[in-house]
Amino acid sequence: MSGNQALADWTKGEAAIVYQSCNACGGLQYFRRSFCAACGAPDPVEKRASGEGTVYATSLVCRAATPETRAHVPYNIILVDAAEGFRMMAHGDHDLAIGDKVIARFELFTGRLVPYFVRSK
Amino acid sequence: MSFITGVGLTSYGKHEGSSSLDLMSQAAELAVTDAGLKRADIDGILCGYSTVSPHIMLATVFAEHFGIRPSYAHAVQVGGATGLAMTMLAHQLVDAGVAKHVLVVGGENRLTGQSRDASILALAQVGHPEYEVPLGPTIPAYYGLVATRYMHEYGMTQEDLAEFAVLMRKHALTHPGAQFHDAISVADVMNSKPVALPLKLLDCCPVSDGGAAFVISRERTNEAGVRVMGCAQAHTHQHVTAAPALSELGAEIAIAKAKAASGVAISDVRYAAIYDSFTITLAMLLEDLGLAGRGEAAARVRSGYFNGDGAMPLNTHGGLLSYGHCGVGGAMAHLVETHLQMTGRAGNRQVRDASIALLHGDGGVLSSHVSMFLEQVR
Repeated sequence: MSGNQALADWTKGEAAIVYQSCNACGGLQYFRRSFCAACGAPDPVEKRASGEGTVYATSLVCRAATPETRAHVPYNIILVDAAEGFRMMAHGDHDLAIGDKVIARFELFTGRLVPYFVRSK
Repeated sequence: MSFITGVGLTSYGKHEGSSSLDLMSQAAELAVTDAGLKRADIDGILCGYSTVSPHIMLATVFAEHFGIRPSYAHAVQVGGATGLAMTMLAHQLVDAGVAKHVLVVGGENRLTGQSRDASILALAQVGHPEYEVPLGPTIPAYYGLVATRYMHEYGMTQEDLAEFAVLMRKHALTHPGAQFHDAISVADVMNSKPVALPLKLLDCCPVSDGGAAFVISRERTNEAGVRVMGCAQAHTHQHVTAAPALSELGAEIAIAKAKAASGVAISDVRYAAIYDSFTITLAMLLEDLGLAGRGEAAARVRSGYFNGDGAMPLNTHGGLLSYGHCGVGGAMAHLVETHLQMTGRAGNRQVRDASIALLHGDGGVLSSHVSMFLEQVR
């Protein structure tokens, strides 16, 4: 279906953040699809993100819903605007504030690798 | 043309031993009776969903259980916006002549039928299965993200948000069917257990058992003259990661279209029934809809503007935050209360003037919106 090599990312257990870029309209998307959601063109190109970004929003989860996630509370759920221009959800340091410049690391959460952002300076 | 000819609402809270179908049936019976109709008069059924008892054909399951053989029936799923989305569809169905009397029903034993964890887990699934859910977010966390951003952009504070919880509780104290009967203060909200900061326990609606129903008819069936003036929807995204900027959310799109469809302005509105799953939801929606200026909603709460005797009575039954939230039925209680207010039947909660009402529902994470204007006709 796709002529592009599918790049593995954290959702597949790799320590990487991957996004897609459309050759036809230049649109960017984070949720993987076989087409561009902006214009419908097939085969968006997969690219590996730098891991740099800016904090858009945060919410420190203190009440979790499963025994597995409860073992991690409190954990900070954040939305990050990646330097490349897409937005993603991740974990991050508890003292991150909106507007902070951040860089991605990866940590284990409920036995899975997830992106974890810290301040970059 | 369509009229809301009957409404039914159970108390919210614990209904030990009642199934989702039991609660739907109780509310439906009340609504059909309120409309002055018999079960056999109902020729259309729209129902929501039950997370406790999922079914691929809930409307016909309910129709059989309730004893109706409708000529039109199916379920609708738009999260918290389901009740108003069903009302909008019922309005269009009777207007188009597809049915004469559409029964809209929602009910769930969400509190006693499953654990609170199971409810939180089921609802967290509105998140993206690959890119969000593995991070362990909860519904309060999705709204917590929206809250920090909104507070950042418009200078709203946690104390501001707490005002909405206090207001909804104050209103619930006057309704015997509400889940909560103890007064709370801003300090109580601020000191309540952190759930997903900045949201604390009292910023969040509870999980409840309950049911609500209405009948939407082509012609009036009784004294109650509550007409649907116009309504509109907007759906901009599903997942909070994919949400547009705060200034481009669906509430503003839906209300603009609903105003155009109804020919009314916000200044015409006398009663407001606004979705309030969390304090931030209510604060944002009031400002998105134009019922308060940007960053001014909390000040309007403090000044009594949204009180029962204020300029714009709001959720006088106590809303999701304090009447309770049983899923689809949750926000349907807003419409039931609006109907009681518009027909002069709200008893000790009766407002002076509810001649034109604005209702707004939100599903997902500000994903799906329905705005609706109702008018009292004599």
